[in-house]
Amino acid sequence: MSDLALASVVKRFGDVAVLHGIDLEVRDGEMVVFVGPSGCGKSTLLRIIAGLEKATEGDILLDGRRVNDISAADRGLAMVFQSYALYPHMSVRQNLAFGLENSRMPRREVRQQIEEVARLLRIEPLLDRKPRQLSGGQRQRVAIGRAIVRRPGIFLLDEPLSNLDAELRVVMRSELAALHKRLQATMVYVTHDQVEAMTLADRIVVLKDGRIEQVGSPLELYNNPANAFVAGFIGSPRMNFLEGRVAGVGGASVAVALGPGDTTRLDIPIEGDDHGVRPDDKVSIGIRPHEIVLTDHEGFPVNAEQVEQLGNETIVHTKAEDGSALLICLDGQHPIGEGDRLGLDLAHASLHLFDPQGRRLGGQVKVGRSVRPATEATS
Amino acid sequence: MGAIRRFIFRRRGGDRWHWTDVVAWTWLILGLVLMLGPAIWLTLSSFKTRSALNEFPPTLLPLTTETRAVEGFDEPLELYRVTLEDGEERVLAQVRRVGIVAQMVDPDDPGERIEVPIADRVPVRTTELATENFTEPLERFAFLTFFYNSVFVTVMATVITLIVNSMAAFALSKYQFRGRGTVLIFILATLMVPLPVILVPIYVVINYLNLFDSLWGVILPTVATPTGVFLLRQYMLTIPDELIEAARMDKASEWKIYWRIILPLTAPALAVLAIFSVMWRWNDFLWPLVVLSQRELYTLQVGLNAFAGELNVQWHYVLAMTVLTMLPVVVIFVFLQRFITSGVATTGMK
Repeated sequence: MSDLALASVVKRFGDVAVLHGIDLEVRDGEMVVFVGPSGCGKSTLLRIIAGLEKATEGDILLDGRRVNDISAADRGLAMVFQSYALYPHMSVRQNLAFGLENSRMPRREVRQQIEEVARLLRIEPLLDRKPRQLSGGQRQRVAIGRAIVRRPGIFLLDEPLSNLDAELRVVMRSELAALHKRLQATMVYVTHDQVEAMTLADRIVVLKDGRIEQVGSPLELYNNPANAFVAGFIGSPRMNFLEGRVAGVGGASVAVALGPGDTTRLDIPIEGDDHGVRPDDKVSIGIRPHEIVLTDHEGFPVNAEQVEQLGNETIVHTKAEDGSALLICLDGQHPIGEGDRLGLDLAHASLHLFDPQGRRLGGQVKVGRSVRPATEATS
Repeated sequence: MGAIRRFIFRRRGGDRWHWTDVVAWTWLILGLVLMLGPAIWLTLSSFKTRSALNEFPPTLLPLTTETRAVEGFDEPLELYRVTLEDGEERVLAQVRRVGIVAQMVDPDDPGERIEVPIADRVPVRTTELATENFTEPLERFAFLTFFYNSVFVTVMATVITLIVNSMAAFALSKYQFRGRGTVLIFILATLMVPLPVILVPIYVVINYLNLFDSLWGVILPTVATPTGVFLLRQYMLTIPDELIEAARMDKASEWKIYWRIILPLTAPALAVLAIFSVMWRWNDFLWPLVVLSQRELYTLQVGLNAFAGELNVQWHYVLAMTVLTMLPVVVIFVFLQRFITSGVATTGMK
């Protein structure tokens, strides 16, 4: 098992920079998930760690040793590829044995290792088949087996579940989690699926356009996103954003006015004095769909445009008066029809305040706190 | 069987003949005759006797005039079916021919000579295979030596061609390096230079390397073929890079990647190139003729040339030996052609 550190890693392809100075530490035995939209550089970063790409600048440290100039073969890492990349002309057994033979392991030991891994992954009956005779899930297992059998310092997984159908993906996801627990191995996992990231990760690294937006545990990212991008990316369904104007700055809170004619006012607690919020600043407020509740008349007015009745919850697509879309997830079943006018209680949700550039304003969000309705506070 | 019949005789017009059926059948039959015709003609003719070959009009089957030993004559005489003046038809043996009159005898009663105008006689023909066309040169003509030389040249040249070309193709398809495109263009450009143009320079090089009049002198200049490099490169481009990266992660050396991953996955393309290479090297005539001067080193194609004298070509031997020369290529093609269609590279991938 190993730990890994990246120090201001930059990658340029010609004139195009895809990674702009990545700093990151992955601790021994940790599962770190890189997540981000496609093109954010997460796969490139993984390939740089693997040694399949060279970093243009910066250092990669394995167990404190600089490995920039050490080839992929000699770094002692194992990788699971998105396409599995099983050798099509070899049987499963030969696929598993290939890496061990290359490290000159005695034949008996190779045999032993393969059987052990095959038992662990329940692929024993498949050992003499060719990859083309396997189903997607079986291929996936073999690909993981090929990585495990080498007992690498770090496992690198590049979107390993994206070629599976939805049902199998859930199964393999929990198997991967169990495997990680069992092997106590350091794993770096790349995905574009934030649900995978949330369920598997010890820590999530959110990447966008070659920069790290935030690093933290899944709940840290969910509760205290560093910016509007992370807030929008983590959590499903997506966080809602409403445009507003700072109506007043108090000692520990900011009042934000929403909607045409500033009809709704929300009080958002902030920390510290140098939060940089001035009256009349344009801001946006982030609210998670699950935290919004219906109220009778005084709430934030919206029109229901589309209603999805899922039984255990009701998802309502609504539009505010200024035209901004707002998604609401209500527990249980609600008799809401399309075109209904609803009043929303936004004040009891955890509110996130962002400036127009998407930066978060005003420190940590306290989860589960209750806030008085803003209308009362200012009247 | 019924399915095959239905498949072959299926027509677009159903029970009637659509015009495309007519065109297709005509075209295919024409193609069959054009391609298979010469080979069949060659094979049938190789069994003809020398005189049957010189006959005009030629016959398709190897026919000979029947002969019979007749008392009082040293050589067996040729038999003819003769229509006599009184309309009677008899089988007579021809003693000699003078102008348009043939002198003939009854084989059972050789005493009496009968004169017959040659227009009134038809030779008695039977189908007979002149196997001596094959056996005689095998004894006199050093066929086995030539055969061995040809096999040696073909096998060695093909093996080296496959290795050298696949290595070049691997580098040109899977490594990024400065000047890769230029190198490829240079290699392709040499495709357009015909052998006679570079014959003299190659000869000079071979001579300088002391390879003149040796089989290696025939083999080495031919092993790096631009066609082969291009063919293999195009095929290797279809092998996913992730396989190579996976092998790198599996601690495989670059040589091992080439030998254990790339080569097995390129097998279909290698088979195609092997077929080509065998045919090229086996049928090579000009270059071996230039390099080889000792008779013991002749390849079959050069050896066959020995039957063509300045004044007299021994066609019956040339044809028979050509058939023998053709056989190995045909056999190899039959065995290797199924590899051409099968592709295995992408089957393990998504």
